[in-house]
Amino acid sequence: MKSDISIKMARCKGCGICVAFCPKQVLALDELGKVRVVNGEACIACGQCELRCPDFAIFVDRVKEAAK
Amino acid sequence: MIERSYEKYFRQNHLPHLWCPGCGNGIAMKAIVQAIEKKPGFTQDNTVIVSGIGCSSRASGYMNFDTLHTAHGRAIPFATGIKLARPDLNVIVITGDGDCTAIGGNHFIHGCRRNVDLTVVLFNNNIYGMTGGQASPTTPVGKKATTAPYGSVDRTFDACKLAQAAGATYVARSTAYHVPHLVNMIAGGLDNKGFSFIEALVQCPTAYGRKNRMGSPANMMMWMRDNAVMKAAWDKLPDEKKTGEKFPIGLFYSQSDIDYDTAYDEVIERAGGAKK
Repeated sequence: MKSDISIKMARCKGCGICVAFCPKQVLALDELGKVRVVNGEACIACGQCELRCPDFAIFVDRVKEAAK
Repeated sequence: MIERSYEKYFRQNHLPHLWCPGCGNGIAMKAIVQAIEKKPGFTQDNTVIVSGIGCSSRASGYMNFDTLHTAHGRAIPFATGIKLARPDLNVIVITGDGDCTAIGGNHFIHGCRRNVDLTVVLFNNNIYGMTGGQASPTTPVGKKATTAPYGSVDRTFDACKLAQAAGATYVARSTAYHVPHLVNMIAGGLDNKGFSFIEALVQCPTAYGRKNRMGSPANMMMWMRDNAVMKAAWDKLPDEKKTGEKFPIGLFYSQSDIDYDTAYDEVIERAGGAKK
């Protein structure tokens, strides 16, 4: 996991902007129409979702991978 | 998660905001606070946010500064008053296309003419969203609205050209898609001492997008991505390629000129000076 995705669920309105702009299909809308992380491993922490979220609901922090 | 530093500029107990899902106003509002954050001279105590009426103007209610939600179209006169009474304050005006170019059109051009030291951010969603999707002065010709079911007949205002012609000293445009660019354009306006005008194109998926079959909010932002042309590229573009819905973004005009507060101080001096 290269990133830590946090969602403030109370703010999400399910507009789907983050889902559409994610280059790695990390996000999807769940049955309630809110955003959900479906493939967190694929996240490259580009921050496109956070950049354009009109509700300030999703945040992406880059995480350093643990030394092997 | 590290809490974002701009969160302190929002009134947390008022979030989530009431804008529709996918509305671009939230993106533009965040761009304003991020631009303010870049300027060490701007604090929550010396910055005033003034807004008029409309979807865009709800932003002042969510921003944790001294804020003023004024009469329809009259944000710029209220802001001028604040600036004249307290020239030490930084005054930012948030307005919409209907608020600024329709009912407040005269106040807008005279604010530009006086070169009052304000930063005006116009959230342009091409429609009157709050009142039910009527055509605004920036609804493109041929696009539908509830008052123009067969397409708008009225030609549109180019708010940037209007501001420049009226005497604004900093004129720029950006979109909700180009977020870092929008932040930079607003930050440039905050630096300018004089009337700064920034037009932020935002998507209105509920009133404008649905009526004109533009698809999801994300599709509307992709439309901005595909049709916005940076000014440097736009200037080199031959006229026959400036077709369709293409429009330029970037810094259009910047010039230093005497601002209204300074000009007024000079008048006071000429008239014998203020009573101490």
